[in-house]
Amino acid sequence: MAGPVQSIERAAAILRLLAQGSGRLSLGEVAASLGLAKGTAHGILRTLQSVDFVEQDKATGKYQLGAALLHLGTSYLDINELRSRSINWTDALAARSGEAVRLGVPLEGKVLIVHHVFRPDDTFQTLDVGSLLPLHASALGKILLAYGTTPLEPLMESALENYTRYTLDSPQQLSRALAEIRDTGWAFSAQEMMMGEAGVAAPIRGQGGLVVGAVGISGAMDRLCDTKGRPLGSLVGLTRDAARAISRDLGAARW
Amino acid sequence: MVERYVMSIDQGTMSTRCILFDHQGRLVSVGQREHEQYFARPGWAEHDPTEIWSHLRRVVVPRALEGAGIRPEQIAAIGIANQRETTVVWDRRTGVPVGHAITWQDTRTSGYVEELRRTTGDDFFLERCGLSPTTYFSAPRLRWLFDHVDGLRERAGRGEVLFGTMESWLIWNLTGGPDGGLHLTDATNASRTMLMNIRSLTWDDELLAYFDVPRAMLPEIRSSAERYGTARALLPDVPICAALGDQQAALFGQTCFAPGEAKCTYGTGSFLLVNTGTELVRSRHGLLTTVGYKVGGEPTVYALEGPIAVTGSLVQWFRDRLGLIHSAPEIETLARGVEDNGGCYIVPAFSGLFAPHWRSDARGVIVGLTSYITKGHLARAVLEATGWQTREVVDAVNADSPRPLRQLKVDGGMTSNNLLMQFLADVLDMPVVRPMVSETVSLGAAYAAGLASGYWPDLEGLRRNWHRAAQWMPTMDPARREAEYESWRRAVERSLGWAGP
Ligand SMILES: Nc1ncnc2c1ncn2[C@@H]1O[C@H](COP(=O)(O)OP(=O)(O)OP(=O)(O)O)[C@@H](O)[C@H]1O
Ligand SMILES: [Mg+2]
Repeated sequence: MAGPVQSIERAAAILRLLAQGSGRLSLGEVAASLGLAKGTAHGILRTLQSVDFVEQDKATGKYQLGAALLHLGTSYLDINELRSRSINWTDALAARSGEAVRLGVPLEGKVLIVHHVFRPDDTFQTLDVGSLLPLHASALGKILLAYGTTPLEPLMESALENYTRYTLDSPQQLSRALAEIRDTGWAFSAQEMMMGEAGVAAPIRGQGGLVVGAVGISGAMDRLCDTKGRPLGSLVGLTRDAARAISRDLGAARW
Repeated sequence: MVERYVMSIDQGTMSTRCILFDHQGRLVSVGQREHEQYFARPGWAEHDPTEIWSHLRRVVVPRALEGAGIRPEQIAAIGIANQRETTVVWDRRTGVPVGHAITWQDTRTSGYVEELRRTTGDDFFLERCGLSPTTYFSAPRLRWLFDHVDGLRERAGRGEVLFGTMESWLIWNLTGGPDGGLHLTDATNASRTMLMNIRSLTWDDELLAYFDVPRAMLPEIRSSAERYGTARALLPDVPICAALGDQQAALFGQTCFAPGEAKCTYGTGSFLLVNTGTELVRSRHGLLTTVGYKVGGEPTVYALEGPIAVTGSLVQWFRDRLGLIHSAPEIETLARGVEDNGGCYIVPAFSGLFAPHWRSDARGVIVGLTSYITKGHLARAVLEATGWQTREVVDAVNADSPRPLRQLKVDGGMTSNNLLMQFLADVLDMPVVRPMVSETVSLGAAYAAGLASGYWPDLEGLRRNWHRAAQWMPTMDPARREAEYESWRRAVERSLGWAGP
């Protein structure tokens, strides 16, 4: 087994140091207190600053704990910012796939739709931003469950609501589906909420790879799927490309 | 066959973007970089042209190419859109700018502008360039530079220094700079200088004489879409085929090709433009007459424009100066925390009011403050200011035009704000529609370049690329709309004259 990672230990020490006393320290003070070279301390502080765990006062240049540390358990990405940062890529996904695009984040055991792009056929459609979808019966929701963006346990403890005969309504079925999503990197739902409707979704990752939401297309089964009821590879590819582009914009390095 | 793309460069007030579009007008990749804003004194607003060119070359274009995974040979054409009126003067031999660029938001010329309105009157200017003098346009700034930089007027007369707006500066650099760079502008940009004759689209002798601007420093005025030449630096041999002011580019990107079609772009400021066809319409309600676009040798298409100086920049002020939010979109989260504006109104007349008021003596006010007001109410008031300012401009359009607007096509960064878009539909009492590309400025520059290079065959083909991405329908109770509008009007009255005459 690998030993402890030194830079993480040092980062933890810096956070503990800032949490003590007045909590505002200069780079020199941090370095001296922990016996680190200034360059090393600076590198760690900069990284902590980039994830909002540390803030630097503009006037004095001193460091203090960041606001994000106080809200570690809640989503750190504002939903309106998520929409704003995604809009170029969700537009392009709708234009390329010919289907409606939605972006979802967890809210109280459901998927909250935070962004919606119309199917590009200029028919009358209404925005459903703010509406809720079931986690276990939508492609967006299954992404959020599969990657731990929202906890699975509460869902498993209560009965899974049945929408159609295709809804995954047993914990075993759902667990298996989620494991498969983690393997393939994308989710699919076929008539699980409404007959004739299908959806494909992929994870949106923020800094460090944490999944902060899901983006997906949805539409008629016969447009999204082949004759065997499997989603068209091209549409899966487009959805995953869009998710990766958004993730890159949010600062996820590898995706 | 390898896939080919059109590249747009959008040199904006806050940032420079490079976007690649494919044949269906779909966005493929983006490179973007903000530049420094210099506010050396109250009322001043400058950019460093060298920084902007260096960002474009080192970061913005390379990132777009990298993002798409393509080589310069795969670019069929480059189109440029730019912040308008911003004045750059540079040394033809060294390529070094004479100081910073003075931007469209800069009001240092207000004294001079008041004076020439008083002594010469608006009509002299209106007849020639379609504009009445304000601090917004380039010529007064050029005049200011001559009066404040030693020997500049003489050097300009000898052709040693060149004038341009941002597209001229970038095209000159892209095509070789001191080493044979092309010095040109397009009719939309030139129509914002106060130096171009709005009918002939040539530099106007009387205006040049009035402002004492020597011809030797001026770029050649070309159409908005034609092959100007090829790039040498950065994108060797790629043809540069379009240049438009950003707002005219957005009109083109929204495919507002028929008279009566209109769009409003929501960025740093907001700008509503209505296509008036080949007819030059003079507004009686505070709108500007401007060149909409000119494609190659085809007849000039004109537009009426209602510019609003401060909309997105008010959100930025709320973020950076008041520190009440961390990012611009967070203002929606804050605003949704309350039911309404709590009786509070903000008139963001930071540098006076543009259309339809044109009052340089107005300054920002916040009215209706009580101990009840929270930052949530202020956030609402910030967003509502954009809605009401648009309403005033739409009212002016409808008063001027025989064809009242029935819906508003919108684009730009603020259109991702659903609360604002719903409010807009509510106060305008008409549907608000966002197209599938909200970077419409860039799309318009790409369209014009693609058209000139034969990448796209005709305007009709471009129209078919336009699709509705979102739509907001009005739901506000008419009585409430009227009452709120009345309160807004009273707030505007309080902003007028604050800065003194
Ligand atoms: N969700 C939002 N809500 C409100 N305002 C927003 C939102 N997102 C962006 N903005 C504002 O919109 C502006 C950015 O929009 P956009 O990117 O279209 O402008 P821009 O092209 O950078 O402007 P310019 O061309 O003048 O440089 C900023 O002023 C910002 O404050
Ligand atoms: Mg812009």
